[in-house]
Amino acid sequence: MAQSATIPSSQAGATAVPTEQYNYEIIKKFAIMAMVWGVLGMGVGTYIASQLAFPFLNFDIAEITFGRFRPVHTTLVIFGFGGNALFATSYYIVQRTCQARLYGDGLATFTFWGWNLSVGLGVITYMMGFTQGREYAEFVWPIDILITVTWVAYFWVYLQTLLRRSQPHIYVANWFYMSFILATAILHIFNNLQVPVSLFSLESYSLFSGVQDAMTQWWYGHNAVGFFLTAAFLGMMYYFVPKQAGRPIYSYRLSIIHFWALVFLYMWVGAHHLHWTALPDWVSTLAATFSILLLLPSWGGMINGIMTLSGAWDKLRTDPIMLFLITALSFYGMSTFEGPMMSLKSVNALSHYTDWTVGHVHSGALGWVAMITFGSFYHLFPRLWNTKLYSLRLVYVHFFLATIGIVLYITAMWVAGIGQGLMLRAFDEYGNLAYTFVESVVFLHRPYVVRAIGGGLFLLGILIMAYNIFMTITTARREAARVEAKIGAKMARASS
Amino acid sequence: MKHERVETNAGLLIILTLAVISVGGLVEIVPLFYINDTVEEVEGVRPYTPLEQRGRDIYVREGCYTCHSQMIRPFRDEMLRYGHYSLAAESQFDHPFQWGSKRTGPDLARVGGKYSNEWQVQHLIDPRSVVPESIMPGYPWLAENDLQYADIEARLRALRRVGVPYSLSEEEYQANVERFGEEVARWLDISRAEENLVAQARAGNYDGDPSRITEMDALVAYLQVLGTMVDFTQYDEGYFVEFR
Repeated sequence: MAQSATIPSSQAGATAVPTEQYNYEIIKKFAIMAMVWGVLGMGVGTYIASQLAFPFLNFDIAEITFGRFRPVHTTLVIFGFGGNALFATSYYIVQRTCQARLYGDGLATFTFWGWNLSVGLGVITYMMGFTQGREYAEFVWPIDILITVTWVAYFWVYLQTLLRRSQPHIYVANWFYMSFILATAILHIFNNLQVPVSLFSLESYSLFSGVQDAMTQWWYGHNAVGFFLTAAFLGMMYYFVPKQAGRPIYSYRLSIIHFWALVFLYMWVGAHHLHWTALPDWVSTLAATFSILLLLPSWGGMINGIMTLSGAWDKLRTDPIMLFLITALSFYGMSTFEGPMMSLKSVNALSHYTDWTVGHVHSGALGWVAMITFGSFYHLFPRLWNTKLYSLRLVYVHFFLATIGIVLYITAMWVAGIGQGLMLRAFDEYGNLAYTFVESVVFLHRPYVVRAIGGGLFLLGILIMAYNIFMTITTARREAARVEAKIGAKMARASS
Repeated sequence: MKHERVETNAGLLIILTLAVISVGGLVEIVPLFYINDTVEEVEGVRPYTPLEQRGRDIYVREGCYTCHSQMIRPFRDEMLRYGHYSLAAESQFDHPFQWGSKRTGPDLARVGGKYSNEWQVQHLIDPRSVVPESIMPGYPWLAENDLQYADIEARLRALRRVGVPYSLSEEEYQANVERFGEEVARWLDISRAEENLVAQARAGNYDGDPSRITEMDALVAYLQVLGTMVDFTQYDEGYFVEFR
């Protein structure tokens, strides 16, 4: 790792003190919180997975029953881990690619507190039993308002920094982050239109009902995946993959085409979560069609990322960070193939309502989102603290734990989902249902155990990463203190 | 236009992105509010009584939707297992909708009347005492907690504001009499909400303990009405297909 490249001032050749040219303090805060929420969220995930295998783990305690704990898991990993990782990397990338300091120190700090307070209060209120009952949008209305204000501040900080750029061009990573900021704002506002029971009640009722409410929720739900968990992480990919590979992005033209195609098409596909329901057929047919089309821009991004490595494939042998990034892109390609396939009505008839969906989500969430974040963070943390990673060996250990964990997880869910789907539609020779529902539950026990083990391995991986990063930071601090002491001693000698 | 113009102008980039991401939602969502066939015309579907609505609030609170759907699909196996496929009309008063996305447990869209109150109570307190293979958590606190209903009027008012026809004025009451009949109209009268709630809980005695009104009373009252409002024998098989 070239030390000189990690010192920001060397890039612009500016005379300014490195810590002042860019605002790294805010990035450090977000990155550390991403790790904290990540460990907690994956811990809760492993726990609720175990509850499904061993239901006694609910312990008849209201706060930790599966129904209340599952939103805690999804919120911690999506908005806590994912959200903080996106804030951290977007603030880093926008500064580096615009060669400008982040706009508004105070406002940026506000986005940190606003966002993390929302996540923290959110999970506490779920455990207390306050929820809107909408998947991935369970936050009660006062938290929704706090998120909205925070998001507007985020948009403003980001835009103002873009406008400060000392380059004429806006780098492609920033297009993706900007589309994510805009789309998330629209989705969040329209999916959280609620009328509170009273001004002092945390409870509220949604403005829409039934079929319209379902459509709005899944338009939101799938685009939380499309923009929060895909477009934004593609932004991350477009910076960290070329950086770590030391090569320019494979095709500039491809990035333009797949960007516009992706942001246009994603917004149409939410209704594939509502195939065969009371939603009119014309909507779900439209959604299925666009879901198939979406394969093209998705793979455009994957190809652009993976091919960036052409000419530098040997790095996969020597650089564990590259392993994370390329594996992430591979899982991205796989789950964006699986998704359109599951959106076909005939496949969906089997897969919907089963664990196949859960497996699909996790091949995206663990394989793509978490892996690309891990890779980017291993690149980012040493640069933020101007040091080297504590241990590359532990990065390898993390990589293999995570990959084996994911493979166990998704294969268990394929078995569970397809198995249950087939059992529930099986008929005996007299035309009666071959299995009762609870017989399919019995069948699920073993896949559920394997899934919990897979999740546990993934959790162990992030724990090792947290240790590695903790040691990296403490070593950096100790070193900085030693250098400072040396300089202090020299100065004292010189002045005496 | 060269793409370079977009890449060098943040304002243009934002405007174009907003335009491109708005299309899908507008085309798919807005018509659902205006196309009349979206929600079927069907007799019998009414807003929930105050007690049922409180039960629904508890259903949402406990996150039942994370494991149970309320949406039966038009397949032979689902019709045999759960009953007639769900209509859009049947969730027209559901704020929020609870169709769900995962069946770790069975669909509940038509669970009403399938089991006795006693079974529901016992199953909710300790599921494995009734279904040994079940992996559902127990909810013993529902039978212990007194139902909070001091704010029931505020709740119905909020629901009225989002379009559920609970009545405040004499005019609205008369409209309900015409639409749902006099008996139902009385249940939907906001000024009588508390009295109605207590009366239904006393008469129904859902939790088996006549001395108190518990959360269990409300939840079981809600479960027992699920999917029971439409009398499907009244309709020809082909009728609902026209709306799909």
